[in-house]
Amino acid sequence: MGKILKYSFFDLMRSRWSYVYFIFYLALGFMLLFLNNDLSKAVITMMNVIIVLVPLIGTIFGIMYYYNSREFTELLLAQPIKRSNIFLGQYLGVAVSLSLSLVLGLGIPFVLYGLFQSNAIWDFSLLLITGAFLTFIFTALAFNIALSNENKIKGFGYAVLLWLFMAVIFDGLFLLTLVMFEQYPLDKFSLIATMFNPIDLSRILILLKLDISALLGYTGAVFKQFFGTNLGLFTSLGVLVLWTVLPVWRLVWVSKKKDF
Amino acid sequence: MISIHSLYKSFGQNKVLNALDVTIQEGGIFAILGPNGSGKTTLIKSILGMVIPDSGEISINDVSVRESWKYRQKINYMPQIAQFPGNLRVNELIRMIKDLRQKPAVEAPLINKFNLEPFLDKKLSTLSGGTKQKVNILLAFMFDSPLLILDEPTTGLDPASLIILKEMIHRERQAGKTILVTSHIMQFVEEIADEIIYLLEGKIYFKGSIAELKLKTSQDNFEHAIAAISMNKEESWVKY
Repeated sequence: MGKILKYSFFDLMRSRWSYVYFIFYLALGFMLLFLNNDLSKAVITMMNVIIVLVPLIGTIFGIMYYYNSREFTELLLAQPIKRSNIFLGQYLGVAVSLSLSLVLGLGIPFVLYGLFQSNAIWDFSLLLITGAFLTFIFTALAFNIALSNENKIKGFGYAVLLWLFMAVIFDGLFLLTLVMFEQYPLDKFSLIATMFNPIDLSRILILLKLDISALLGYTGAVFKQFFGTNLGLFTSLGVLVLWTVLPVWRLVWVSKKKDF
Repeated sequence: MISIHSLYKSFGQNKVLNALDVTIQEGGIFAILGPNGSGKTTLIKSILGMVIPDSGEISINDVSVRESWKYRQKINYMPQIAQFPGNLRVNELIRMIKDLRQKPAVEAPLINKFNLEPFLDKKLSTLSGGTKQKVNILLAFMFDSPLLILDEPTTGLDPASLIILKEMIHRERQAGKTILVTSHIMQFVEEIADEIIYLLEGKIYFKGSIAELKLKTSQDNFEHAIAAISMNKEESWVKY
């Protein structure tokens, strides 16, 4: 697996897009710091961007890489390499290089600004950790979609739909249910519903760490009670791990049965 | 020795391999023939583990290939259409395959034979179809393995390279290797093959030497003999 990871990683590192992605984050980091002139505020703005953009990039990159490397995959399948290692290696190659672009692209401007001297360091680390998680989750989901769809256009369509659902539609439905069932106690429901969307989960996790939960309104109190504690933090990180492991597990399982 | 026992594979409604049984002894050149869509490539890919059969058993030297991958160490495979990652250079590809297989490889004489030196620094996406095919041949022949599987090796080759390819196949045969080859060019098959395995509708329809085939179909010409066995098939179909 290590070798496949190495080749996929260097393949991506050589492509222009990793650099575009890296430079984008670098520019974004510098710009936000310049505009906000404050680390904590920049972290909040950054969160709003990351929470939407990272899943989108992970999905699109994942699906494009899979379809583009079909020849490479077929070449590898005839070699004495375990099947699951081929797909895991390629997946990790994409996810690791994207995470690296994110962490370095955002890390450099913040460190230069004096992150280590400020108390925003934990918030910022959490931001990067959830960003990396989102990359791993959505790349895995994209690989799953690509593996189940021979047709590129269809696969691409499903992938974009997945992102749209997680980033936009899910919130809409969530809000709608909250409004419709206003009379009922919804704290438990909303807490559980959040777990079903890694984007929402990451957002709430960061918001509560940033102590701006007042923005969340009346359910915010329940959220604060849960996510604010260590138990909440570890539960939600656990759920994010689950969100990563399950698609990866399916990836291995499906790839074992697939014909090439 | 490759032994295949009641192999079934269908893609959707399309039954490609239908209770296929065959044993391929060690040593010699075996030509897998059959009309388009008769399951030649599917059979080859099943042996390689790229296609997962619905049921049936494939074993190489009495070891089942199912869920296994180490046996591929002993197989050199040349795919039908040379598809390579386009952003790699030829020498990078060679190095990568060598690294992945962890096996000694002799590529220099082959590069020389096919005059590939000027292309070593070129990206694979910029190569012509014939040159890609030469690279394809190079990758399959640079390792020393007891089993070679060549899927349509003649596609896109110029006459000079075709002669080199035939020489190479002969040399491998003399070294006692087993070579499975598919082709639609009967002249090529007649020249190299020791034994014919004729596939029709996912079954082995004929297995034997060219002489036996000619005798059975009472044809002097190999090409006509091949045409005749598919004709016979039509007749037996009617009897059913």
